[in-house]
Amino acid sequence: MLIGHQPKPFLLAVEALTVSFDGFKAVNNLSFYVEENEIRVIIGPNGAGKTTVLDLICGKTKATSGSIQFRGKELTKLKENQIVQTGVGRKFQTPSVFEDLTVFENLEISYPRGRTAFGSLVFQRDDAVKQRIEEVAEMIFLKDRLDIYADQLSHGQKQWLEIGMLLIQDPELLMLDEPVAGMSVSERAKTAELLNRIIKDRSVLVIEHDMKFVEDIAHKVTVLHQGQILSEGTMEKVKNDPKVIEVYLGH
Amino acid sequence: MIINSRFFNRSELIGFVALGLVLFVILPLSLDVFRLNLVAKYLTYAFVAIGLVLCWGYGGILSLGQGVFFGLGGYCMAMFLKLEASSVENTKIQSTPGIPDFMDWNQITALPLFWQPFHSLTFTVLAIILVPGLFALIIGTAMFKRRVGGTYFAIITQAVAAILTILIVGQQGYTGGINGMTDLRTLKGWDIRPDHAKVVLYFFEVFLLFGCILIAQFIRLTKLGRILVAMREQEDRVRFSGYSVANFKIFAFCMAAIFAAIGGAMFALNVGFMSPSFVGIVPSIEMVIYTAVGGRTSIFGAVWGALLVNFAKTGLSESFPQLWLFGLGALFIAVVLAFPNGLSGIWADHVQSRIDRLVSSIKKKSGDWTSNSVADGAPAE
Repeated sequence: MLIGHQPKPFLLAVEALTVSFDGFKAVNNLSFYVEENEIRVIIGPNGAGKTTVLDLICGKTKATSGSIQFRGKELTKLKENQIVQTGVGRKFQTPSVFEDLTVFENLEISYPRGRTAFGSLVFQRDDAVKQRIEEVAEMIFLKDRLDIYADQLSHGQKQWLEIGMLLIQDPELLMLDEPVAGMSVSERAKTAELLNRIIKDRSVLVIEHDMKFVEDIAHKVTVLHQGQILSEGTMEKVKNDPKVIEVYLGH
Repeated sequence: MIINSRFFNRSELIGFVALGLVLFVILPLSLDVFRLNLVAKYLTYAFVAIGLVLCWGYGGILSLGQGVFFGLGGYCMAMFLKLEASSVENTKIQSTPGIPDFMDWNQITALPLFWQPFHSLTFTVLAIILVPGLFALIIGTAMFKRRVGGTYFAIITQAVAAILTILIVGQQGYTGGINGMTDLRTLKGWDIRPDHAKVVLYFFEVFLLFGCILIAQFIRLTKLGRILVAMREQEDRVRFSGYSVANFKIFAFCMAAIFAAIGGAMFALNVGFMSPSFVGIVPSIEMVIYTAVGGRTSIFGAVWGALLVNFAKTGLSESFPQLWLFGLGALFIAVVLAFPNGLSGIWADHVQSRIDRLVSSIKKKSGDWTSNSVADGAPAE
């Protein structure tokens, strides 16, 4: 961060974030900022605290200290569902879809309407809902599988379905935890294509190991090591950083 | 018919009609009043079982304390009936006439304040719904907002059942103690004891049961029903889709409590008394057994489960009074191990699929014949 630089309204501002599990600081005094429409990739060796950072932002883990501001709102004080409602969507590392429901029902549950108990009782499956679900289903290559139960899908298709469930929420900040992990080569290519399409018009925070994929999409890369930022900047800059080469890329 | 076919799919419609036929026609025609009244008693547990289908089968919240709500509903009803039976005229031999007999035996000389409103039937009917509903709301809020779930929740509901039983037994003067409230006679002057009253009450109960089945089916078909299923599998994903998981659990738990309470109130009316032996840990676990045997995700299965287990229980206890509890336990273990989806699972996997095959093979064979008969029939219209 340049001193004296005109402060831009950041979409996400993480400041002095620390979380400690029984004295072990998984994330230690971490600060970073994400701008509107920015694609930020977080990389780092195993145990660097990447997933913990996403957990902290979406409220799954409570911070020990520090602040997370999203559009000026303090997220550390909100509950998980309230954070979602402010416009933060999260995809988990292992596909978490509802296997006892159909693809259509999975997407419908994520449709941002009727989110209270009584609201969901009177929720109607109207044309707007159906249209949006079909639109998203087409995007995630599952258009002809809407009536199939999600447990029948392949691993890659489940990952797409979960991405689709996030899309239907239309979040301003999309957080993806290793979206192409465990996918076949062809699925990987399709996912890259899908991600490239959906990251337009929103900010995205991605954790990924696949360096080619990172180079393809990242505007800026943050390298984490032992819960702290080791390096930050463009892929070009990070790649040539001697510290990064030593702990991560050099292996 | 059009509404029905959307509300129920084909096999559910068959299940609905079959249950209606059995409960409204076959059983009343084939059983004497004593046995029909026994069926009425069994059906009071079907209400609880339907509630458990929503709460446990769909929402994944195992409550081992449904006897609490069954008891609260039953006691509310019994308090009204007891007050009516304790008119000054009926109780003139007591040292304080006009109060329930057990109060008089316990040296209580005036009707306690919380008994007063139960002179009104309207209040009683509201209390049957609201008292257990509010109690479930309090327990649910306290537990689910703190993310207490699974086994811990089940244990706590057990504890609540134990506490309520101890409270009822201990406060003899106010509750009738271990004997419960007996000698219930009339409802708004209408004697509930003779045979014809038992028959009327049976039909009234079956009507209420079908009302509850329809409500449960409605909830199941709304988005809320699907969220319950989603929550059972991937609680976190539901939370990160923007839902407050706790509120949905509280809703399911409250609905289950209200259904159980309606069952309890019908128990007091049909059986003519209410006692703590229907509140505690053992009856609460039995209620879960009915649901498990019937199939925990099937609303109709729950009703069949309640009926069949109770028939078995009566049969076994009549022939082997020492052994029937072991039989019941063995039944539960066998069902959970061998048929995790209960009777409805057996039906869907073995009977339904065979019927479907049979129907489709008949259709194929008689394809020509059907089209001919339709052609023949058409001009006749």
